[in-house]
Amino acid sequence: MPITESKIKTEEMLLNMGPQHPSTHGVFRVVIRTDGELVLESQSHVGYLHRCFEKCAEGNSYIQVVPYTDRMDYLCAMNNNWGYSLAVEKLLGVEVPERAEYIRVIVAELNRIASHLLAFGTYGLDIGAITPFLYAFRDRERLLKIFEKICGQRLNYSYIRIGGVTFDVTDEILSDIRAFCDYFEPTIVDEYDNLLSYNGIFISRTANVGVMSAETAISYGVTGPSLRGSGVARDLRKDQPYGIYDRLAFDVPVGSGEMGQLGDCWDRYMVRMREMRECVRIVRQALDGIPGDGPFCDKKTFRAVKPKKGEAYGRVEGARGEVGFFVVSDGTSQPYRCKARGASFHNISVLDELVSRGDCMVADLVAIIGSLDIVLGEVDR
Amino acid sequence: MAGLAPEQIFALIQETFADAVIEQDTANKDPILVVATDRLVEIAQFCRDDGRLEFDLLACVTGVDYPDREGGGEIEVIYCLDSITKRHSLTLKVRLPRDDPRVGTLENIWRTADWHERETFDLVGVIFEGHHNLVRILCAEDWIGHPLRRDYVAPDTYHGLKNVVY
Repeated sequence: MPITESKIKTEEMLLNMGPQHPSTHGVFRVVIRTDGELVLESQSHVGYLHRCFEKCAEGNSYIQVVPYTDRMDYLCAMNNNWGYSLAVEKLLGVEVPERAEYIRVIVAELNRIASHLLAFGTYGLDIGAITPFLYAFRDRERLLKIFEKICGQRLNYSYIRIGGVTFDVTDEILSDIRAFCDYFEPTIVDEYDNLLSYNGIFISRTANVGVMSAETAISYGVTGPSLRGSGVARDLRKDQPYGIYDRLAFDVPVGSGEMGQLGDCWDRYMVRMREMRECVRIVRQALDGIPGDGPFCDKKTFRAVKPKKGEAYGRVEGARGEVGFFVVSDGTSQPYRCKARGASFHNISVLDELVSRGDCMVADLVAIIGSLDIVLGEVDR
Repeated sequence: MAGLAPEQIFALIQETFADAVIEQDTANKDPILVVATDRLVEIAQFCRDDGRLEFDLLACVTGVDYPDREGGGEIEVIYCLDSITKRHSLTLKVRLPRDDPRVGTLENIWRTADWHERETFDLVGVIFEGHHNLVRILCAEDWIGHPLRRDYVAPDTYHGLKNVVY
């Protein structure tokens, strides 16, 4: 029987994407209703990577919880360690030694660069550009080698801990870090910009796509570069300085709708690229200011942590946004309750809103997920 | 420029909702304002809309189970609010009876409360009244019990998979 066009009907289709999908950066499932290439509606499902962090924390001592925090945002573990340590230090009321504060800033900022490099590389992959990924990993490798020298780990550092840091850094490591800054700052970020940021295809895939207004972002609890992409200069390092950030000079890059509308994928992407330069600026200042000697930890806190009864919320600016820990102490050596606030959990919750406005293609969905830069370990905890 | 101190924020809320404030816990590291459960939604709306407070970000929602408290135990729900424009923070708390923990939803005030509340329902078992889709978010949909209740016992098997305890 001959097929005529009138017999072929177009209809809406329900499509399942994930949980195992290369562009979801982990195990994340989204069900979409499509009309041809157009996405009409989406529904996100998370929880595939739930490892009961909060439950585990209740059965371990304060110090033993630190390694669990690594495994949440595993691309920026230093900042997770820091957030948790900050909450417990608040409960304890301990002061962190000066040298440890400087080391913390250095490793946290280097980790932010490593995380943004991965975000840059994989975002290229999502859009269909393979080369940037190789460049990003070339440089990220240098950072991971530095981390390996500092604490013997490449990803799950458990380096920042309650009362200070685990090991002291040697002068050799400090000069390695300085060498990295000298290598990275002047040429590399420009190279990336030439490679991807101002590439015509890349711009047409990301500009005016997934536009998120500041109100939407804040209402959904979006923080970090994804929020700053919408033009809101909110950075905990500036707004509520912790550690020694109030002594350091740096700018907070925000999106401005340079290539399209304010708060589109390109803006969010570009905030990360510009932030890397600021990270180097901060690291350089910390390297200049670090005290030559002195303790790197509070010895007493290292041996035993037993805070008084109380509740404290500690938070830091992670690579993806606000990383917070709400810790409740009942006066024993184990936390009574330890709630983790993952930045990605909130950043991904806005996805359904962004793709359900009738102007999003299937390929744009991938671009939007990538621009939010989620880590599923942190979404599901 | 730092915003208002917690005491000033408490005073502003006290002024408008004198009968709804149960306790001001200023001895705690982060000062906490305990409010009446049935007034929470109103107070939250005020916190977001009042020009002096402008709490535009709901940063964190935590549920804590206290089974040993008087009268069959309590569940506390703690809301950490933050103002991006004013740069100050507030911690709100409600205390719910453990046998029937119910509190109004805040999802119409901050959209992010949707997922926060689903998580608190999933793990601690708090019912958020008026929530449009209060289903589990982290645990599987057929999971039984609320893992962060203090008396929770993990099941021995789940769909034929054994729970191995080392």
